[in-house]
Amino acid sequence: MAQSSKTKALTRFPRRHLLTCEGLSAAEINFLLDLADKAADHFRQSGAKRDVLSGRTLINLFFESSTRTQASFEMAGKRLSADVMNMNVATSSVTKGETLIDTAVTLNAMRPDIIVVRHHAAGAVELLSQKVDCSVINAGDGAHQHPTQALLDALTIRRAKGRIEGLTVAICGDILHSRVARSNINVLNTLGAHVRIIAPSTLLPSSPERLGCEVYTDMWKGIEGADIVMMLRLQRERMEASYVPSSREFFHFFGLDLEKLARAKPDALVMHPGPMNRGVEIASTVADHSPYCRSGLRTRRPRRTAG
Amino acid sequence: MLAPGLIDAQVFTGEPGFEHRETLKTASHAAAAGGVTTIVVMPETNPVIDSVALVDFIQRRARDNALVHVHTMAAMTKGLNGEEMTEIGLLKRAGAIAFSNGKSSVVNTRVMRNVLNYAKDFGALVVHHTEDPYLSGNAAMNSGEVASRLGLSGASKIAETITLERDVRLVEMTGGRYHAATISCAESLDVVRAAKARKLGVTCGVSINHLTLNENDIGPYRTFFKVRPPLRREEDRMAMVRGIASGDIDIIVSSHDPQDADTKRRPFAEAADGAVGLETLLAAGLRLVNSGDVPLLALLKALTINPARLLGLHSGRLVKGAIADLLLFDPGEPWVVNKDLLRSRSKNTPFDEAKMQGRVLRTVVAGETVYEYAGVERT
Repeated sequence: MAQSSKTKALTRFPRRHLLTCEGLSAAEINFLLDLADKAADHFRQSGAKRDVLSGRTLINLFFESSTRTQASFEMAGKRLSADVMNMNVATSSVTKGETLIDTAVTLNAMRPDIIVVRHHAAGAVELLSQKVDCSVINAGDGAHQHPTQALLDALTIRRAKGRIEGLTVAICGDILHSRVARSNINVLNTLGAHVRIIAPSTLLPSSPERLGCEVYTDMWKGIEGADIVMMLRLQRERMEASYVPSSREFFHFFGLDLEKLARAKPDALVMHPGPMNRGVEIASTVADHSPYCRSGLRTRRPRRTAG
Repeated sequence: MLAPGLIDAQVFTGEPGFEHRETLKTASHAAAAGGVTTIVVMPETNPVIDSVALVDFIQRRARDNALVHVHTMAAMTKGLNGEEMTEIGLLKRAGAIAFSNGKSSVVNTRVMRNVLNYAKDFGALVVHHTEDPYLSGNAAMNSGEVASRLGLSGASKIAETITLERDVRLVEMTGGRYHAATISCAESLDVVRAAKARKLGVTCGVSINHLTLNENDIGPYRTFFKVRPPLRREEDRMAMVRGIASGDIDIIVSSHDPQDADTKRRPFAEAADGAVGLETLLAAGLRLVNSGDVPLLALLKALTINPARLLGLHSGRLVKGAIADLLLFDPGEPWVVNKDLLRSRSKNTPFDEAKMQGRVLRTVVAGETVYEYAGVERT
């Protein structure tokens, strides 16, 4: 791949955890993308299980409900022959008042190899990683990071466009509350894409330009000439809290419909991390004709732990 | 004397919901008689003007019934509840000229920040009545000696200034366009002046009542002098007058607010706020000119070109190719206000039987004469 040739290819991933995309080098990202790329080809062709994680234990520890991400990690672990355990936090001791650190210490005593964590508080996954001896993968912490989603998005772009460097990627929607946006901005910037963010001012974090992107509050302008249009989910609570007045108005000014999409490049790729709100951030006419949810499994297949 | 037609950025009507007080039609007749060629109607109606359909309703009704140009100020929060932002983008597209929360302030600071931040993206003007309701409570008038003597609960002017100061801080953060609807005291003017010196997008207005009346006019509980913000002390009135003369106060509004006998003929504390003002706006303003406190051009500026600029209108000036909204007036003509001759459906004027100097002779809207003075009027 183009990106891989620019920097010296790694032979192994040099980190124990995957907590954030901020600070990941292009070489590290490309190593993971290449690995996922090969795995994708393998499973598409043969479908046979591989034994790279045979005898290893993977715990999915989800403090926040998830369908896609948890299922992807479970499926990925199983295809690589790991023993996968799903912790249903809603019925566990966490709801009885156990602290995050106590939970981590208890789980650590079970000697897992990988813990995949999703938590509603930014920084919680990093805190947990300091208390365990195994690898920790962040599957989303608050509005901070969602690294595997960004890696998967990068892979989708790379497979669709053959490259990432030089592409214009417009990320549109609730940037303020989006961990997907933060991770994507990091990964895409590191790989040399031009990143734009599009949102009403109420849904932009402060000093948005310091994140390394061009900022637009007018979607018609922001989408102009984009190679990739990445839509984010807008949660209903944002309207109650007066970030935006209504889904009708949001869709009118920031929803992706065919009219706005026509301003992007003719071969623009539309992506959405799901779950989609049709008629809020994306029109059904757009949603049903885009190859958006394809490479979920490839990148989530955990790498073999370093130790 | 020929001038551009006046532009009044704060007019309350009763349409829809309180048509017995005023309709768009009667308000426009009052405006025409006052030399006002453009009025901005406030969203405080029933239902509140907080949706595209209602903006459309006002515009259609005005088109069919009104003698003067009518623009709609839409609500910035749903039902003026101060909690949920309205569809500012769609409302602006439908023709809303600015956004206001009527006679109440948005108390929730987070909501106010979001409104300013959001409105900025659409280049929308936020017009805010500044009054901390916890401080002003149910006060009947300005707090001070007069209130103490009359035994009425008083609202300190700090309730106005505190909210204004908060808003200025928010504007500094969001960079939005903000207009303080009607300031009434010297301290508020200081805040606006300081904000302008810092190049913030802050402007302010004052009502004609606060330029020409003070709390002493209330006298023996005269409810027609009960307005919001309340009439202040003479020092504050003079500060407002100087603000117009210096240009620190951008615009003058009539704050025309029709109230019927049911709401006004009550004990002072229970009476409604508000005074009609469209028909006396120019004459009352000329008092300041005649007293030598304000140059005529400064007065006209605050009634024509400044509101036009603020609202993004092309009227308010006499230039070639501009829409012919004109006002012909005699600045020396004496007359006495007679409330029974007012065209407004409500007669709650604080200027009843007041002697005025200067009157409107003719009003032209888009080239059509909509009012012509027929000589001394009789009942």
